[in-house]
Amino acid sequence: MSKHTITLTVNGTEVTKEVEARTLLVHFIRDDLELTGTHIGCDTTSCGACTVMLNGRTVKSCTVFAVQANGAAIETIEGVANGATLHPLQEGFWEKHGLQCGYCTPGMIMSAKHLLAKNPNPTEEEIRWGISGNLCRCTGYNKIVEAIQYAAAKMQAAEEVPA
Amino acid sequence: MIPGEFDYHSPRTLQEAVGLLQQHGDGAKIVAGGQSLIPAMRFRLALPEVLIDINTIDGLEYIREDDGHLMIGALTRESDLEESALVQQKYHLLADAARVIADPVVRNRATVGGNLAHADPANDHPAVMLAYNAELIALGPHGTRAIPIDDFFVDLFENALADNEILTEIRIPTPGPGSGGAYYKVERKVGDYAISATAVQLTMNGNTCTAARIGLTNVSAVPMRATGAEQALIGKPITNEVLEAAGQAAATECDPSPDLRGSVAYKRDLTRVVTKRAIRQAVERAQGG
Repeated sequence: MSKHTITLTVNGTEVTKEVEARTLLVHFIRDDLELTGTHIGCDTTSCGACTVMLNGRTVKSCTVFAVQANGAAIETIEGVANGATLHPLQEGFWEKHGLQCGYCTPGMIMSAKHLLAKNPNPTEEEIRWGISGNLCRCTGYNKIVEAIQYAAAKMQAAEEVPA
Repeated sequence: MIPGEFDYHSPRTLQEAVGLLQQHGDGAKIVAGGQSLIPAMRFRLALPEVLIDINTIDGLEYIREDDGHLMIGALTRESDLEESALVQQKYHLLADAARVIADPVVRNRATVGGNLAHADPANDHPAVMLAYNAELIALGPHGTRAIPIDDFFVDLFENALADNEILTEIRIPTPGPGSGGAYYKVERKVGDYAISATAVQLTMNGNTCTAARIGLTNVSAVPMRATGAEQALIGKPITNEVLEAAGQAAATECDPSPDLRGSVAYKRDLTRVVTKRAIRQAVERAQGG
């Protein structure tokens, strides 16, 4: 069994911890860092509830070892809001009723954030494509798509207004 | 689910990685994107004693054209393939496949080399690379060698790499004038393996097919070419009858297993259908459509 000391940035804060090689990133995030907003759904790389950003790209954190994140920048749902101000995506999920049970929501928001970073003004089809690695089993996807459209519009409007 | 215990190494160079493979033999596994290996380790279907992580090696992620070939670094992520303008413009078969491998989140991590080296007939790249007649470059203790794709898939989850070799690059011949390709996949949902899928790369002279290679996904224990379907096309004008004959040939020569995705009869007939559709699309593209 090998243990490793890893240093990485999580939501802008540098952390150093010792991990077993076999520790999955999602367990590290939830159990060692106590950031329980990242959920474990299927444990089979299917559902996307554990989606986090690794160096600016979404990954399923149940399918990456924590030791592989050594030196990386991780963003979880806890890092999305700006202090007490919700991110436009979080606001969109609230305003458009983009969730019922909320289990898939953290992963959905991370995937939507990555999508909007690459494509700030996506079509409905592009949104559905962008979140196709994340499963929702209650709301259905219509409200989630509306929430992302809300966020895209708000972020576009903010871009156009000079600060 | 938590994987079994293993020793973890993160080499900085390919030479170091090859050295680790030599030291640990077949108890060691290379992890690239890990999107097949890590799930298998979680289920304890794979229990490597040593994991050699090549994500820490620089210079293995690239997509570039050189000397009549598209060179893809083995660690290139599927999402980079999907977003590559070069691939979208000139390698339509590859572009088709890149959009339907697993799901967008998995594609951010999954690699082209891993998809091939895993030698899973359910993966999409094996059929694609068979159709392209790609060449795989492997590095071992005594240097590099090129492995023709036709020789690469040995058995279920078994490839032609020696225990101390690493796949480093995939080379696809740049399609010449009058050629076109397409990948047509039917899956139950995004992220699932194909029920059946067909990869086609062909060359047309007017309405006559002058060359064709066809690969099939998830309808055999080992990734396979549909050589009967190829022969049904080569030298013939593409008519509905010829298309049907090629589809029928693929349905006959494939060897699917019954599972939750369907019966043998269903999979054979679906193979006929997806083969016809992939050929039709490839012909349209070859003719500039």
